[in-house]
Amino acid sequence: MSNELNHSMSLAKPEANNLSIKQKIAVLLGVIGLFILTLALLNTQFPNKGLFLSISLGLITVGTIIFAHDAYLTKLEGIKNDGVWFKSMSSRGILGWVTGIVLTGFYIVLYFYPQFLGQGQNGEANTGLISLFDPLSILLSGNPASQWFVYGTLYTVAILIFGYKFMLKYRHNRYQQLRTGSVMFFQLGFAFLIPEFMSRLNESPDYNLPYYDLKSMWPLNYYLFDGWSINGLLSSGNLGLMMLLFGIASIFVISPFLTYKYGKRWYCSWVCGCGGLAETAGDSFRHLSSKKLSAWKLERWLIHTVLVFSVVMTTAMIYTYLGKDPNKFWLTRSTFLLGVGILLTLVFVITMVFKRNELDKDARYGAIGYFVVIAALFIMHYTGTSDKIFLIKSSALRSAYGLYIGSIFSGVIGTGFYPILGNRVWCRFGCPMAAILGFQQRMFSKFRITTNGGQCISCGNCSTYCEMGIDVRAYAQKGENIVRSSCVGCGICAAVCPRGVLKLENGSMEGRINPNEILLGNDVDLMDLVNQK
Amino acid sequence: MEHIVIIGNGISGVTAARHIRKLSDKKITIISAETEYFFSRTALMYIYMGHMNFEHTQPYENWFWEKNRINLKKGFVETINTNTKTLHFADNDKLNYDKLIIATGSKPNKFGWPGQDLNGVMGMYHKQDLDNLEKFAPNNQMCKRAVIVGGGLIGIELAEMLNSRNIPVTFLVRESSFWNGVLPDGESEMINRHIKNHHIDLRLSSNLKEIKPDENGNVKSVIIEETGEEIICNVVGLTAGVSPNIDFIKNSNIETDKGVKVNRFLETNIPDIYAVGDCAEQHEPIGQRRPIEAVWYTGRMMGETVAQTICGNRIAYKPGHWFNSAKFFDIEYQTYGWVHGSKGKPDYEQHFHWKHNDDTKCITVAYHKDTNTFLGINTLGIRMRHETFDTWLTEKRDVDYVMDHLSEANFDPEFYKTFESEIYSAYKNQFQTA
Ligand SMILES: Cc1cc2nc3c(=O)[nH]c(=O)nc-3n(C[C@H](O)[C@H](O)[C@H](O)COP(=O)(O)OP(=O)(O)OC[C@H]3O[C@@H](n4cnc5c(N)ncnc54)[C@H](O)[C@@H]3O)c2cc1C
Ligand code: SF4
Ligand code: SF4
Repeated sequence: MSNELNHSMSLAKPEANNLSIKQKIAVLLGVIGLFILTLALLNTQFPNKGLFLSISLGLITVGTIIFAHDAYLTKLEGIKNDGVWFKSMSSRGILGWVTGIVLTGFYIVLYFYPQFLGQGQNGEANTGLISLFDPLSILLSGNPASQWFVYGTLYTVAILIFGYKFMLKYRHNRYQQLRTGSVMFFQLGFAFLIPEFMSRLNESPDYNLPYYDLKSMWPLNYYLFDGWSINGLLSSGNLGLMMLLFGIASIFVISPFLTYKYGKRWYCSWVCGCGGLAETAGDSFRHLSSKKLSAWKLERWLIHTVLVFSVVMTTAMIYTYLGKDPNKFWLTRSTFLLGVGILLTLVFVITMVFKRNELDKDARYGAIGYFVVIAALFIMHYTGTSDKIFLIKSSALRSAYGLYIGSIFSGVIGTGFYPILGNRVWCRFGCPMAAILGFQQRMFSKFRITTNGGQCISCGNCSTYCEMGIDVRAYAQKGENIVRSSCVGCGICAAVCPRGVLKLENGSMEGRINPNEILLGNDVDLMDLVNQK
Repeated sequence: MEHIVIIGNGISGVTAARHIRKLSDKKITIISAETEYFFSRTALMYIYMGHMNFEHTQPYENWFWEKNRINLKKGFVETINTNTKTLHFADNDKLNYDKLIIATGSKPNKFGWPGQDLNGVMGMYHKQDLDNLEKFAPNNQMCKRAVIVGGGLIGIELAEMLNSRNIPVTFLVRESSFWNGVLPDGESEMINRHIKNHHIDLRLSSNLKEIKPDENGNVKSVIIEETGEEIICNVVGLTAGVSPNIDFIKNSNIETDKGVKVNRFLETNIPDIYAVGDCAEQHEPIGQRRPIEAVWYTGRMMGETVAQTICGNRIAYKPGHWFNSAKFFDIEYQTYGWVHGSKGKPDYEQHFHWKHNDDTKCITVAYHKDTNTFLGINTLGIRMRHETFDTWLTEKRDVDYVMDHLSEANFDPEFYKTFESEIYSAYKNQFQTA
């Protein structure tokens, strides 16, 4: 009953959630900034675009900073979750829904109707919102803006300003501060500035570099192996070749090594741009993720399906790109397919042999099922008649993947639904990169979240604030370490735990997974008796 | 099939049920008058503060109970007939049992203060207390000030709750310093300052004399015993400790005193009836523990133990080394082993105390004056590893060893500043100057 009373739409709303005067001013500034963008969208012609763009982004930034200062610096250091479930914005109230709908609408327009944003068609000059960003784009890369430049700029600004807010919120927690500083750095440098400067290089005829965010790895940047991308890199001299090699090394060397040592968090909550946005702008929505067992089941099916899709699609793309004649280039279509087949089989066999006991039932069925699918594709190819299967389908596969996964899933649903489904919908249900890193984290990594003996009081803060929807408490209250493929190592569960039960650690693989029945603190003989069984 | 009936769906009753299910196929029924499903009482505060909704405090999803064949029955047990092995409910329903576990928990203490039953006076123990608080103190327009009586762990949580909605709080503490019956002086005084930093009107050495009503039977004010001062308020929180919730058992054949009397096997004087958790009272205290242990962990451990006994492996309740934890506003508290406040401190117990300059972190290490054996540690603002201290206590390490290896026990998040070397040199210096 009390919950009804507390609900955000209730009239007897807790006073604490009303905005202070300063916060109201801050919101007003931000809204003015957004209003300028809206005017531009409606094709208002600003006399000095550079100035108005600066004013707009400046007001949004200043508004957020003032708001954050008033919200956090006026209080003592500590956990700042008061009223989270009372606020309309963060408890799926009216504000949350409106924001969700506006964001979703923005993504649909961005991906499918850029002309509404003012994207110049067929070489015409930009108008509307996109033209407002022309001065900045010309300053950085020398070219007029595109819808992607506008998106990239807003995305980066969001990570920077909400990152700052997040750092104030967790000013007592160095892990949170360093992690946030890191995503802010990688977004600004690697995702935003370096690609713009790279396109400066393209002004010289020696370079033909595609857009390449160096920190973004296959399968996240599934377009890396598109023909145009490979051609671009290969026709850009040593720099291009090195970038391609770096891309391949990230997949096969750098990422497995770092994931082994630190878990997938090194990427998902320290480097990745999708994670960066989720952790900063999405922080106010982290508790909205579903913790139900049924959601976990859905997650496992969905994310692995996307992974299989992306593997098949990429294989097909590279296959199409390659030639048949071994005298021209050593890597031919058949050697490539054989290579992929051997690699997948190796991973499969090693996992099944060494880690069979750690996989629970449906994970094993899933692995077997998917292995059969991939194998079938290869068999079809080698039986000869269906040489066309990959040939015909590769481009169709590629555009289907780009549409359904790259645009609709990761953008429209992944970010647009932040205020409804939580901030990591894409990372949890869709990201194939997360699936690969997660698989390795579960099987071959030193990372775990240690639980502190018998100290858990089952309060549920950890589970509630886990953005990946992991029921952390289910482990903690059994004194069992948390070793889950989906854990992005954000560390928030450990931060919000009022009893100091959780610690993110890298340690020995021995005893990392420790199923428990009776917790530390009880009779030692009883613990031995029950837990040894 | 043997029918095991458990009165009380708190941590002790539910743990017993879960373990009985693991060990056997017996029929299990859990009864509660409070809520349909098990929830974490320790999380009540976070609902009022808006950190969580009520559902988030339920450690198991609703399907869990049916899947594990644990029957849930909502109802209030009024009498127990131990001869016919029958429970009689307030709504005249009946239920037979073969074995009965009493796990009815606690209720807030009321010491007969005038006005203690007025509208707006409440304890903070049951879900109903929370609903009541929501009714009388939804915001600082409806509740202009609240007075909390009793400076224990629940009192300070209630202060934090009201504070989160900007409701001014006066906090009456009987002792001369917050919780100093348990905390050593250095720690207790640090918490006093922290409470005041949160703008709580903390009144030490202050007792409640009476609560005064307005013309509608609502709270109007409280009077302080020592000074006679009247404090105008709309809500009074009574948090002066808890006692076993066993009134309905008093007129049965089951032996009770403050709680339900049990032996080391958690058996009552009547065969096939057991008691666990907050409501159980040991005939003889175990070690330095109290005969009634009203904390979460001991309830869970008793549940784990009694399940073995009921399933044919009769074993005694033999808890390991004492540990506990709490949070005072923003400062986390952990304790391992025994560290006493100045009142109950045995002669042989010597303390080393270190406090950080920022006044939010300190530790107290207790050791034996003559043998130097490490006895226990309290930490405020620094997380420590349960397992490490449990091992050191078992190994009976001396205090020098513990101080030297303190960093092995650190459980703070990665990249946190550590203080072990500072603590160690303070520890060494103390002996050079002494
Ligand atoms: C606000 C608060 C914070 C706390 N924080 C901590 C903490 O941080 N750490 C810690 O260690 N401990 C803490 N405690 C104490 C801890 O919660 C208790 O020790 C523990 O919950 C006791 O569990 P239990 O199973 O014995 O009883 P309870 O949880 O009290 O469960 C007993 C149940 O039995 C029901 N019942 C009683 N009589 C009848 C009847 N006649 N018929 C039907 N049903 C009946 C009651 O309604 C209740 O639902 C806290 C307590 C409170 C109130
Ligand atoms: S389990 Fe903890 S660290 Fe992992 S994702 Fe969830 S909240 Fe973050
Ligand atoms: S937040 Fe901490 S105490 Fe609460 S359930 Fe999680 S691990 Fe346990």
